Amino acid sequence: MTRQMTGAEMVIQALIDQGVDTIFGYPGGAVLPIFDELFQQEEVRHILVRHEQGAGHAAEGYARSTGKVGVALATSGPGATNMVTALTDALLDSIPMVCITGQVPTTLIGTDAFQEADTVGITRPCTKHNWLVRRIEDLPAILHEAFRIATTGRPGPVLVDIPKNIQFQTGTYENCKGKALTQYHPAVKGPEAAIREAVELMAAAKKPILYTGGGVINSGPKAVALLRDLVKLTGFPITSTLMGLGAYPASGRNWLGMLGMHGTYEANLAMHDCDVMVCIGARFDDRITGRIDAFSPKSKKIHIDIDPSSINKNVVVDLPIVGDVGSVLEDLIAAWTARKPMQDKAAHAAWWKQIDGWRAKRCLTYRPSAEAIMPQYAIERLYALTKDRDTYITTEVGQHQMWVAQYYGFEEPNRFMTSGGLGTMGYGLPAAIGTQLAHPGALVIDVAGDASIQMNIQELSTAVQHNAPVKAFILNNQYMGMVRQWQQLLHGNRLSHSYVDSQPDFVRLAEAYGAVGIRCSKPADLDDAIEEMIRIDRPVLFDCHVVSLANCFPMIPSGKAHNEMLLGTDVTDEEIETAIGAAGKVLV
Amino acid sequence: MMIVAGQSQSAYFLEEELPSTERSHTLSVLVDNEPGVLARVVGLFSGRGYNIESLTVSEIEHASHMSRITIVTTGRPPVISQIMHQLGRLVPVHKVVNLTWAGDALERELALIKVCGKGEIRDEALRLAQAFNARIVDATLDSYVFEITGAPADIDRFVGLMKDCGLVELARTGLAALSRGRNGITSAPAVAG
Repeated sequence: MTRQMTGAEMVIQALIDQGVDTIFGYPGGAVLPIFDELFQQEEVRHILVRHEQGAGHAAEGYARSTGKVGVALATSGPGATNMVTALTDALLDSIPMVCITGQVPTTLIGTDAFQEADTVGITRPCTKHNWLVRRIEDLPAILHEAFRIATTGRPGPVLVDIPKNIQFQTGTYENCKGKALTQYHPAVKGPEAAIREAVELMAAAKKPILYTGGGVINSGPKAVALLRDLVKLTGFPITSTLMGLGAYPASGRNWLGMLGMHGTYEANLAMHDCDVMVCIGARFDDRITGRIDAFSPKSKKIHIDIDPSSINKNVVVDLPIVGDVGSVLEDLIAAWTARKPMQDKAAHAAWWKQIDGWRAKRCLTYRPSAEAIMPQYAIERLYALTKDRDTYITTEVGQHQMWVAQYYGFEEPNRFMTSGGLGTMGYGLPAAIGTQLAHPGALVIDVAGDASIQMNIQELSTAVQHNAPVKAFILNNQYMGMVRQWQQLLHGNRLSHSYVDSQPDFVRLAEAYGAVGIRCSKPADLDDAIEEMIRIDRPVLFDCHVVSLANCFPMIPSGKAHNEMLLGTDVTDEEIETAIGAAGKVLV
Repeated sequence: MMIVAGQSQSAYFLEEELPSTERSHTLSVLVDNEPGVLARVVGLFSGRGYNIESLTVSEIEHASHMSRITIVTTGRPPVISQIMHQLGRLVPVHKVVNLTWAGDALERELALIKVCGKGEIRDEALRLAQAFNARIVDATLDSYVFEITGAPADIDRFVGLMKDCGLVELARTGLAALSRGRNGITSAPAVAG
């Protein structure tokens, strides 16, 4: 079935044929024909944001909470350059996203025309692939290929840049969904021999660990179910990266908590001392490994990843298995079940005993306070009061993000949207809006810091306009807390520009936007205030005043190994300050 | 228990560069000949901090819009693997083959070399050109342009000698390389792509 239509119509038709119901965008000169088509149809809902970066992160939130592709639309020049952060964020976190940008007419390209930027040039290193469409004949196939590339293999952002004259031109549209335009066909199935070898290694393990990541969630619900089966089948302890939280339930018996720089004591010590490590859909990022030459020195490492370039990139592994997590786990479980391995029960019992010893450290313990709200306490209460609801959590970037990872227990995948790889402050609020629009009845909370929230605060207006009752739960300590923590630890407590002066009154700010503001500064009032926030069916800014100098522990300082963690209970804030203050004197 | 002098001052773990066992590798990359494909390849090398010693690109199949890029790069073996896998990730890349791993590949380069001089120097230039099988492609009363084809090392040697024979300028094409034997790039075992 082919039809004649304009380029702008083709864009909308391709979105419809791809099953897209919601896109996030901002109009401008070079995309007006597409916006005109949007106006004249009802199948695709357009969410008007207040800044193109917000459109990108909203599309990411939509994608991560649904498993579908997120779609963003922006104009040429500044519209496209504002999108760069969101595209890079999606690239580093492997989020399927299609971004459509307008471009000046082909005849003006290269003339420094009004709102002209070399969009494909600028976004080449921050997309999985991109195109400048130079002929109307190419447009339908490119639009559909963009979706195929964004979703197959390791997912990522794809950008299609469409000059304005191409949007006006008429051509033949064909629904080429699923047809391949390029030769891109990543392998899905893992090699059988390697999977059999993995079973042997795992069967013989005395101190095994599963180290999982966002690849499990990206692979889909089947991979998540298979991962849970694998844990049951093997009895292995399991830890996860920030990106993988929720793939295995936090209430699960074998759960060790998150690993890495701010991971739990038990997860990191188990990583360090294990004899067989099965890395599933994670990539040995520097926040995970700590000191590379001291990373899990005694283990045989199995690495399952769909991206061959992730193998041996940071850590040399013993057994790489390139393939989709879902497919590989299916084969792995089948091979394990067929082999019926006899595991060394005594060794496993000893391993769990050792892990229980580490757990007994209770590394997430903090000093409670009756007068002021501890940030950890705020997250604990937020968790307690929202866990039995249909809740989605997004975060900004910083201490609050790590406290969420530590104190909020995720039971299901696709419930936690956070900027992991790029660490983008300003991600959480637009991502929450994208998530809320995908899940209208759900409770969507952006846990934020007072600094991060101000990076994309304008999107509160988007939330109000589109009746997205997101809650921004701000842990307000008046600092860029994580920056300050590093300055305390590494720069002699010289708090260079990490104090946020002239803060807005968040309650009145919320009211100015037509949202609701709540302020709480007493632990005794916190539960009631959170309950009130949940009850309000409108966007809320919750200004939660927490103690200003709390730091995020446990922590692996830079250049240290997993077994050289700092624990929060070892030190008080005052001790940190004075200890580093003294040390700072010798740091020239 | 806290930070002591001499420790990393960075939020990142700053690893000292290991002593290098770098060597040069010749990679053959089969790509779609489409706008921007060279920028993708070059951008990948600069963005991830890899070296390019030589890069040659030309369309080899007009009908199917295929180009072959020959890249000479240096690095330790894990870096070379990483480069190949990163290249393989690019959507327009069909295949990446390491000709240096595959064995003693044929490597040829063409250079045009202009020398200027009279008398003894001019005669010496001509004698050396004959010894190196360089052709004269342009001549005036006081200049020659030689064309030489060969392995890069042979061209290096010839150019070195021409420096004493009135070398004015030179242009080199970069490397063209093929594996020996009957197998072509499409039938070679893929390491990436």
